This record gives sequence, structure tokens and C-alpha cells, in this order.
Amino acid sequence: MEAVVFVFSLLDCCALIFLSVYFIITLSDLECDYINARSCCSKLNKWIIPELIGHTVVTLLMLVSLHWFIFLLNLPVATWNIYRFIMVPSGNMGVFDPTEIHNRGQLKSHMKEAMIKLGFHLLCFFMYLYSMILALIND
Amino acid sequence: MSAPAGSPPRAAGARSQPKLGGAAASGAAAGPGPAPPPQNGPAQNQMPVPSAYELYSQSYSIPSGHHFQGPGKMTSLPLDGQCGDYYSGFYTASTQNAVTPKTTHQPPGAEQVYGRLLPAPHSAGSTPECFQGAASPASHLYVSASQPSSSFVNHYSGPAMYSASSSAVSQGFPSTCGHYAVSTVSNAVYPSVSYPSLPAGEPYGQQMFTSQNASTVRPVRDNSFSSQNTALSRPSPLPPPPPQQYHQQHSLSGYSIPSWSASGPPSAQDNLIRNHAGSLPPANNNPTNTVADSLSCPVTQNVQPPKSSPVVSTAVSAASSARLPPTANHLVEPVASVTQPSELLQQKGMQYGEYVNNQASSAPTPLSSTSDDEEEEEDDEEADMLSSSASSPAPDPAPEPDPSPAPVPTAPQPSKVAKPFGYGYPTLQPGYQNAAAPLHSGGQPSPGYSGFQQYAQQYPGMNQLSSSLGGLSLQSAAQPESLRPVNLTQERNILPVTPVLAPVPNLNLELKKLNCSPDSFRCTLTNIPQTQALLTKAKLPLGLLLHPFRDLTQLPVITSNTIVRCRSCRTYINPFVSFIDQRRWKCNLCYRVNDVPEEFMYNPLTRSYGEPHKRPEVQNSTVEFIASSDYMLRPPQPAVYLFVLDVSHNAVEAGYLTILCQSLLENLDKLPGDSRTRIGFVTFDSTIHFYNLQDGLSQPQMLIVSDIDDVFLPTPDSLLVNLHESKELIKDLLNALPNMFTNTRETHSALGPALQAAFKLMSPTGGRVSVFQTQLPSLGAGLLQSREDPNQRSSTKVVQHLGPATDFYKKLALDCSGQQTAVDLFLLSSQYSDLSSLACMSKYSAGCIYYYPSFHSTHNPSQAEKLQNELKRYLTRKIGFEAVMRIRCTKGLSMHTFHGNFFVRSTDLLSLANINPDAGFAVQLSIEESLADTSLVCFQTALLYTSSKGERRIRVHTLCLPVVSSLADVYAGVDVQAAICLLANMAVDRSISTSLSDARDALVNAVVDSLSAYSSTVSNIQHSVLIAPSSLKLFPLYVLALLKQKAFRTGTSTRLDDRVYAMCQIKCQPLVHLMKMIHPNLYRIDRLMDEGAIHVNDRVVPQPPIQKLSAEKLTREGAFLMDCGCVFYIWVGKSCDNTFIEDVLGYPNFASIPQKMTHLPELDTLSSERTISFITWLRDSRPLSPVLYVVKDESPAKTEFFQHLIEDRTEAAFSYYEFLLHIQQQICK
Repeated sequence: MEAVVFVFSLLDCCALIFLSVYFIITLSDLECDYINARSCCSKLNKWIIPELIGHTVVTLLMLVSLHWFIFLLNLPVATWNIYRFIMVPSGNMGVFDPTEIHNRGQLKSHMKEAMIKLGFHLLCFFMYLYSMILALIND
Repeated sequence: MSAPAGSPPRAAGARSQPKLGGAAASGAAAGPGPAPPPQNGPAQNQMPVPSAYELYSQSYSIPSGHHFQGPGKMTSLPLDGQCGDYYSGFYTASTQNAVTPKTTHQPPGAEQVYGRLLPAPHSAGSTPECFQGAASPASHLYVSASQPSSSFVNHYSGPAMYSASSSAVSQGFPSTCGHYAVSTVSNAVYPSVSYPSLPAGEPYGQQMFTSQNASTVRPVRDNSFSSQNTALSRPSPLPPPPPQQYHQQHSLSGYSIPSWSASGPPSAQDNLIRNHAGSLPPANNNPTNTVADSLSCPVTQNVQPPKSSPVVSTAVSAASSARLPPTANHLVEPVASVTQPSELLQQKGMQYGEYVNNQASSAPTPLSSTSDDEEEEEDDEEADMLSSSASSPAPDPAPEPDPSPAPVPTAPQPSKVAKPFGYGYPTLQPGYQNAAAPLHSGGQPSPGYSGFQQYAQQYPGMNQLSSSLGGLSLQSAAQPESLRPVNLTQERNILPVTPVLAPVPNLNLELKKLNCSPDSFRCTLTNIPQTQALLTKAKLPLGLLLHPFRDLTQLPVITSNTIVRCRSCRTYINPFVSFIDQRRWKCNLCYRVNDVPEEFMYNPLTRSYGEPHKRPEVQNSTVEFIASSDYMLRPPQPAVYLFVLDVSHNAVEAGYLTILCQSLLENLDKLPGDSRTRIGFVTFDSTIHFYNLQDGLSQPQMLIVSDIDDVFLPTPDSLLVNLHESKELIKDLLNALPNMFTNTRETHSALGPALQAAFKLMSPTGGRVSVFQTQLPSLGAGLLQSREDPNQRSSTKVVQHLGPATDFYKKLALDCSGQQTAVDLFLLSSQYSDLSSLACMSKYSAGCIYYYPSFHSTHNPSQAEKLQNELKRYLTRKIGFEAVMRIRCTKGLSMHTFHGNFFVRSTDLLSLANINPDAGFAVQLSIEESLADTSLVCFQTALLYTSSKGERRIRVHTLCLPVVSSLADVYAGVDVQAAICLLANMAVDRSISTSLSDARDALVNAVVDSLSAYSSTVSNIQHSVLIAPSSLKLFPLYVLALLKQKAFRTGTSTRLDDRVYAMCQIKCQPLVHLMKMIHPNLYRIDRLMDEGAIHVNDRVVPQPPIQKLSAEKLTREGAFLMDCGCVFYIWVGKSCDNTFIEDVLGYPNFASIPQKMTHLPELDTLSSERTISFITWLRDSRPLSPVLYVVKDESPAKTEFFQHLIEDRTEAAFSYYEFLLHIQQQICK
């Protein structure tokens, strides 16, 4: 059973890693002026909710399967995702707003955030991998 | 000619000087004739000036041109500061002339110079040949210049003749002359008084050089030498032609004297410097040119003596020239590149030396003695030179090795440079010195300087001297002034009585002249800090305020096939680039070296060839290019106007339709556009009505679409019609519209769907949509709810709903922006209409927003009149379509936040569907890398747009500012108005993204931080007093004004829409207008005098002093006018003089003035005339036509007026003095 949990987590984590990479690539495209702000933001905003769900599911899964350490590790990131989503002002077009992304260094902070998430997901990936192997061996 | 000079090919060119001349002449086309008859050619161009004279002038001009280019390598930065001085230096040089000539002779490098010098002075006869070519352009200068020069001409005219006879040698030069000729012309254009002296000097100097180097080095050397030499050369020539020359010398000396007089020591320094310079060149040259040098040297020496016979000189020159070509030239050419740097350096050194001299020269030398003195000086200098030359060669060579030319020159430079700066900012010296020094140290910088030198040369003469002296004195007075500590709590009258002007960047005179007008381009710090750390320490905002599409009375428009831009950063060529040689220029933003295209060598203004630095692009910091098809993604769009009108019951009741239709009818022919102009109308209430105006219909056809959930266009082709073809139908419609809906009972407003329809209608072409809305949209997409709680209007805590309620309008605006459509919003509502949401449609589509609270055409006539006036302006003002604006800045700076109405498409590209002359922008900057290796930074905005005539145009503004390394200098250069406007923009962002109270705190903190940073770092006065530098003394006052502004005030009842509108205005008003909104001007108008009045269009406009905004200034006996930007108040005191009331207001006494008075009658009295002309003058030039209210002392309307007295205490806000105490408290914490 535990193995199944970690296999799922692993797959989910892979998806999140790819998503982070996609975010980074798209944002750097914007930084280099390869795409315009409008299309960049509409691309990224599409993936905000899948990312949020993907990560929340893993977090809850860890809670349910009583892996406290991993749960607590995931909790801040999951909270941040939800907070960010909720706090979008009513007039904005999503977490990424084309009219503001170039202002006040938002692009840079988005970039930084995507990088940190990528690192975090990589860390999780190896933890899940290890846990999965451990679980498989124990079985 | 010049073109080849830089490159190896030069050798050949050099060799065949004649050839060059010929080439140059041909290139110049118009100007110089073929080489052989150079004299004639030039003369013709030059025009009226005597031929001989012309020759000289040309020669002069030529060198300068070369110099410019040569020096150009680096950025011009270093030069700037120095340039001014430099110029003065020139003058001094001229005075010194006697000395300098000698120096030139001595140095080996000088050889070339000598040859030329000799001939020139002497007579021209010898050199004339060379000069001839040059003469033509130069002549212009002379003419413009002065009598003295003319005298020269006469003397020389003889020589000119010689030259004609003379020969091939001379021919070579002419070409160079051609190049310069342009420059000279430009000079002529400039109205400087000083010309006479300088030109003369320059020409000589140049000539000398040219002769020496002949083919190879000319460009570079000429410049450097010319400046120096010119002065030198003169002396020698002068003596021979007894009377006239003397006069000239005197004049020169007179000029120089002020600078010179100073002291022995300085002069010594100068000499030394010069020697160095001279020596250096020789060193470089020696290896290559030895033969030539040897030849030339002897000759030159002989010649130098003023008396030397012309014949001799000619012979010499001929010989030297002849020899050089074959042997020396070849050798030189390969070397040429090498030598140039050294030369450049030398030039720098020379310049600096001159600088020193000038500065040193503060003590005046007696004019009378000039001739004698000069001679003496000459002798002395010669001695010096000799000694120096002897000694110098050894030292110089070492440093000068071609590869590393910079070191030698640099050494002398820094110290010298410092002095000039010192003058500017006595106290600041260290900082400025540092700034200057780095430049010099770099090898490149020197070239940059040379570029600047060009300018200096161009504006030669007394003007320069006097101006530079004036500048020095001014600076010494003004700069310290900006740093003078002001005790804010002690200073009662902090507000100046005259309007606050933008501080002038501390650049040299030439750069100042060339710099962009502060009306279009301002920076919050006119001294840019070197590092981000320094900026952080200063706690001041760094940013730009732009007004790029301002109505200009004078704008150079350039039509050219190739628009010269930097190949890597795409910067447009501008006055602050440096020309490395004739063929290359160095970008001042990214420092890349670019080629000068062939076409750019020809100057259409002067019709001459080879003077790229004289082109209008390089002479004006604001230019407009007509762009080619490379700058179009599609054919230029026609002007398309669509009016989207609210015709619900509310709108009909308000009665705006009548005013709009009337204005449109009146201005239909004045709408900007060409034969393709199209126009269309859409009206809406709960349904959307389209109007088919297709030509051929007998009357307008109304098409109603009631499906507002899925709007479609009934007849897509005939809704936007050609204005000219369907004019009758349009007029019919406009006449019918106001009455069509008089009986409507429809109260709903489907604005969203109407906008969607408008977008569909406009998307094929782009253009302008004008939306007139009178209430909250209540149907369909984009409907809004009322969010304002009237009880919260005067809340001191939280102000909510400053941000939009929905993203519908933002999305729509972005869609529109993508289709090059701008949406302008006219909100005429009597109740809350959620402007913060509606404004998005204009904010992101680069539209503009007009708001008329409680508009009613009959009940509120002043608003109706305002609408009428503003509509007139709106309909007829200039407009640009499908525009983009890019702002570039020097490497090391970066832009991170933009303010204004536009969409930021990529990091530095603002997409503006429309641009109008009333739009202002702001940009925040940060310093990413240290700017230590540059002394100037430049900012360039390029606005690419399609004019209403279907032309693609690019308007380019370039601003150049100095870099400083000390905190004191940063404070000295604060532009407090710009800083306040930028802060206001930032505060608007802050209040929308976080909260209003946060923004208010941030504003107060901005004052606290900057003043405490100042008092803790710069001033050493104890902390118990509130001290601000003079440049920042208005900062607390303006911030207090901001806190009491509608946008940011709390505690006073403010309607949400009013507040949001004030914020919108802060975002998109240009600085001049915004400042009036923030801090109104108060004038006393019951005693207007003609004293100090200005004349505008034959009208006398009195200029009463500005009073501070406090009730203490109001007296019951007076009448006061308050100019709040968009509103004028005339407050009439209770005991106001009856004659004023009668003469100006047209009522017998105070009691009979009506409560609501919005007009001043035009009475036939002097005081009425004065008042009205003053008010009209204030009204002109602003985009929002202000409404005038006459406020009686006792009327209820006076609260409005008293709200603007921001220095006084209100229940909810500090008085100015309390605010100061509050700040002081915060600082001490």
C-alpha cells in the first residue's frame, strides 16, 4: 500500500517538476522578449490550478498516509500556492497579470519562485523515490 | 576625404593630397570645387567671405571636425564637464597664442603642425593652398564671427591668392576642409558672439596640423591641434599684419585675459601641458614620419617667426607635403591608427591644459599690454617648449607607445580636470573629480572628449569664453546653492515667488545646449549616482518623467533612407555619441563602435559632405525621423474614429449629447487625418445601435442589435465610413442624435457589449474609440455593482475599492491594444460609476480618461463649458496611431517599473495604440552595475507612430546626465518636482496594490529617510535641527501637498470616483500639469502690475509673485487667484477694494457678486485686461481646460478653496509646521 502511495507521489512530483521547468522556460522567454506578456501570462495562468491541485493532493495524501515529515515539508509550499491563488486582486487576470508582470520586479520574483519550486520538487522526487524503494523492499 | 583618413587607404589619399581635396570637394558636392581650383570651390560655398578668408576659416573648421571624430571614441562624458572649460581654454589659448606656437614647433609631432601654422599665419601665402579647400566652410564661420576675423581675412586674402597658385599639396587639404565646412556652417548658425576669436584660432591650428600629417592623421590631429594650435598660430600671423591683426589679438587676449590672467603658476602648468601634448604627438610621429618631421620642422621654425616671408613658407609646405606623401605617408598610414590614439590623448592633454589655463587665468591681464605680452609669452613659451620638447620626447614616448596611448595623457588630465569641476561645485570637488578622472583613465574616454571638443570648436569664440566664464560663476554660485543647508523649521518663506524651474544638469555648456528640454524629459536626479549602493544611501527615488509627444514649436524632421542606429542596442544616433573618426561612431548607450553609413556623410542641411557630426540628428536631442517601410508591420493605418455613446435615460437627462454633437460638427473638418479618415458611431442603452452611414443612402440608417450576450456587427462594411465621402450623412446624424432619444425610458446601460462591438468594428484597422458613459454599466458583460459606501468617504482608516472590480475591462483593453485601438473614456456621471473598473479600458489601451463629476448641461454650466473646451482640444489635437515607445538607457542602468497609460509588451517596449500630446509617462530606474567607468549616462526614448497623415514617424528624445560618486553631489542634483511626481506615481501603485494608508506612510517615509540620510551623511550640523539641502527644501512641502491631494487624503470627505480620477491623472499627466494639481499656485490679483510682465503674442501678461498656500497670505482687502491645474478659484476678500470688483468682476460691490460666478467679464479697464490676459495665459497650454470659480469670502464654496491651502492645518491633517515637526520626530527616533 505504501508503495502505491509513493509511486503516485513520484509520478505527481514528476509532473510538478515538468511544470516548474515549463514555468521557468516561459518566464525566461518573456524576459528575453521572445513572447509578449499577454501570451506568456495566459499560458502560465492555465497551469496555476493544475499545479495547485497536484501539489495539494500529494500533501493530503501524505497526511492521510501519516507520513508526517513529508507532510510538514510540503505544507508550506502548498499553503503558499493556495494563498497566492486566493490573494489575486479581483481586477487581475490571474496570478500572472500581463499588465503588471513587468512592474516592480514581478518577473524576477516569479522566476525566483519557479526556481525554488523546481528545487523543492527535485528534493521531493528523490525522497519519494527512496521511500518507494524502501517500501517495495519492505513489502 | 576624411572618411579615408581613418583607414589605411588614407595613405594613398594622403599622398595625393590634391586628390583628397578633390574628393572631398566632390563629396561635399556643393561646396568645394575640385582640388586644383580648391580656392574657388570653397570660396563659392562659403559665399560672401573673401576668398582668402574663407580659406582660413575652412581650414579651421576642418580640423575641428576631425577632432571631433577622433576623440569620439569614448563616450563624450568626460568631455562634457570639461568641454565648457575646454572652450574657455581655447580662448585662453588664443591669448596665449604666442606661446603655443612655439610649443608646437618644438615637439616632433608638432612638425606637421608647424608647417601649417607657419604658412597660415604668415600668410597665408604658403599654406593657403592647403587652406583653400578648407576655406569655404570656414568662411561661414568667419562671417558670422566677427570683425576681427574679417580683418584676418583681408590680410590673408593675399595668401589665398598664393594658395590658388600653389598647388597639389593644398588640394589634399581642401577635402578635409570640405568636411569641416559643414561644421562651420553649423557654427554660423549658432548665435554665439564669441565666434570670431575662436574660429580664427581653430583654423590656424587645424591648418597646421593638416599640413603636417597631411593625408594620414589629419582628422584626429587636426582636432586636438586645432584647438591648441589655433591659438598659437594666431599670434604668429598677427604680428605680420600689423594693425588688424593686433586688434584681433587684443580682442582675443581680452577674452583670454579673464581666464588667463590668473597667475604665473597656472600658465606654467599650461605650458607644460601643452608641451606634453606637443611632445607626445611627435613621439608617435617620429618613428613613422621622421623624414617628414625633419623637413617640416626646419621649415616650420623658419616660418614661425611672424615675419618670415610667405614665399619661404610656401616652399616649405610644398616640400613637406611633397615629401610626405611618398615616404612618410605610406609609413604613416599603417601607423596612423596607432598614432591617432596618441594624438587623441595629446589632444586631451592639450585640452586639459587649456582648461587649467582658463581656470588659472582668473586674474585678468591688462589688455593694453596684450600684444607685447603675447610676444613675451610666446618667447617664454618657446623656451618652455624647447625645453619641454627636449625633455618631453623621452618621457612621452614611453607612455605613448601606440597601443597604450592613454596613460600619458591621463596623468595630466585628472588633476586638471578636477579644477574645472571644482569651479562648478567648489565644495564638491572630490566627487566630481572622481567622476571625471575615471573617464580619462580609460583610453577610450579621450576620444569621447575629442567628440565633445568638436562641439566646443563649433561654438568657438568669445561666446564660449564669456559663457563658460558665466557658467563658471553661475555654477559656483548655483551649485553650492543647491546644497546650501536650509533649516526647514526656521525658514518661513520656503516657497519661491517665481515658478520652480527644473535644475540644469551639471554638464558642460555644449552638452547643456544640446540636452533635451526638461519639458519633455526629466530625471529625478540630475546627477546620477555611480552605484546602487549610493542611490540606496541617498534614499531618493530614481526615475524619468517623460512627455514624449508634447506639442513642439520647433522639431527637426529628418527624411533619410537609412536611419542610423547602433547595431547592437538599436539606439538612434544622437548628439551624445562620439565619432571615432569620419567613418565610425561609438554608441553612447552600449559603447559599441558602429560604421557611419555613406548616406550619413552628406549633410542635407548644409549640402556638404563628410561631416557626419553636423547632421541634424547629431545636433538636436529631439528629432523626428520619417521612417521607411522597415518600421511598418503593415501599411500605415488611416485615422479611424469611433464614438460610443451612452443614450440611456440618464445620459439624455444630463444632456451631454448636444454638446458633443455640436463640438463634433464644428470640428469635423479639423479632425486630424487624411483622405482615408473614417468615422463611425455606436450608441447604446440596453441594446446597441449601429448607424449605417454608407455613401449613397439618403439618410443615416439605424440598426439595433438587442442580443447583447453575443454581439455581432449587422453590416460590417458600412458602419465605419469615410469622413469625406459621407460627410453629409454624418452631419445629418449629428444633428439628429441629440433629439433621437429624448423620450427614452431605458435606464440600463450595456457598456460591456457596446465595447465588444466597438472592438469588433475597429479590429481590422485600429484607431480611436471614444466612449461616453454616464452611469454604472448594468447589463451584459462587464456589469458593475456599486461598491462605494458613502459613509466611508471621510474615513481615516481604510479606503477600499481602489482597484478594479473585474478584469473584463482590462482584458478588453489588452485586446484593443493588440489591435492598435485605444479607448478614451469620458465619464459624465452624477453618481458613483466605479471609475476604478472603467478606467482600465483606457489605462491599458493607452487611452485617456476624462471625468466630469455631477455633469449636467444646464444645472452645472461650468462643467458643460469644461466639456466643450476639452472636447475641442480632444478632437483637434495631434494624434499618433499604432505607436510603440522604447526607452533605452546606458548600460548599467535598468528600468523596472513604468507609469502611465499603456501596455508593457516586453521589458522596455511600451505599446501605445494611440499617443496624444497630453500624455505623460514615468519610469523607475535602478542601477544594476556600477557606473564608475563612465561620467555620463544617456537616456533615449524613441516613439514610433503613424501620424494622422499616414506617415510612419519616429520621435527621439535623448537626455544626457552626469554621473557622480559622492552623496553630496547626488543631493545637489535632485529635481524635487520630478521626484515628487515619481513618488506620487509610486504611491498610486502602492495604494492600489496594498492600501492607501500604506502609501501615505511611504510618502512620509520618503521625506524622513532622505532628510535623515542627508543630515547624517552630508551635513555635519547637529541632529536637533531639521536640515535639508536647498535642492530638497521643497520636498516636505510637496509631500504634505500630496498627502492633502484628493488622491491620497484621508479624513476629508472624498468620493471614491474623485479619488480614483485623481490617481488616474497622477499616472498620466505630464509633470508640468501634475505639479499644479499637487501644489497649486496662489497669486494676488487685485494689484496686478506690468512690472516684470512678459509679452506673449502682443499681449502683456503680468507675473504676480506666487504666494504660499496659507490663509495667512489671504487678506480681506485682496483678491486671490488659485491655479489648481484643472480648476481656477478667484477668492474675493470681504473688504476687497470696490474698484477691483467693479473693474474686473463687473459688479458694483462685494455684496452684489453672485454666489456662482464662473466667468470674468471682459471690461474695458486696465485691471480687467491684465487679469484676463493673465488667466488666459495660465489657461493656454494645458490639456484640461480649467473651470473658473469666483469664490466670495463668505460663500459655502470657500471650503473648496480652503482645502487647497495646504500649509494650513485641517481637522484631519497637519499644518506644514506640524508636519515638519513630525518629520523631525521621526528622524530623531
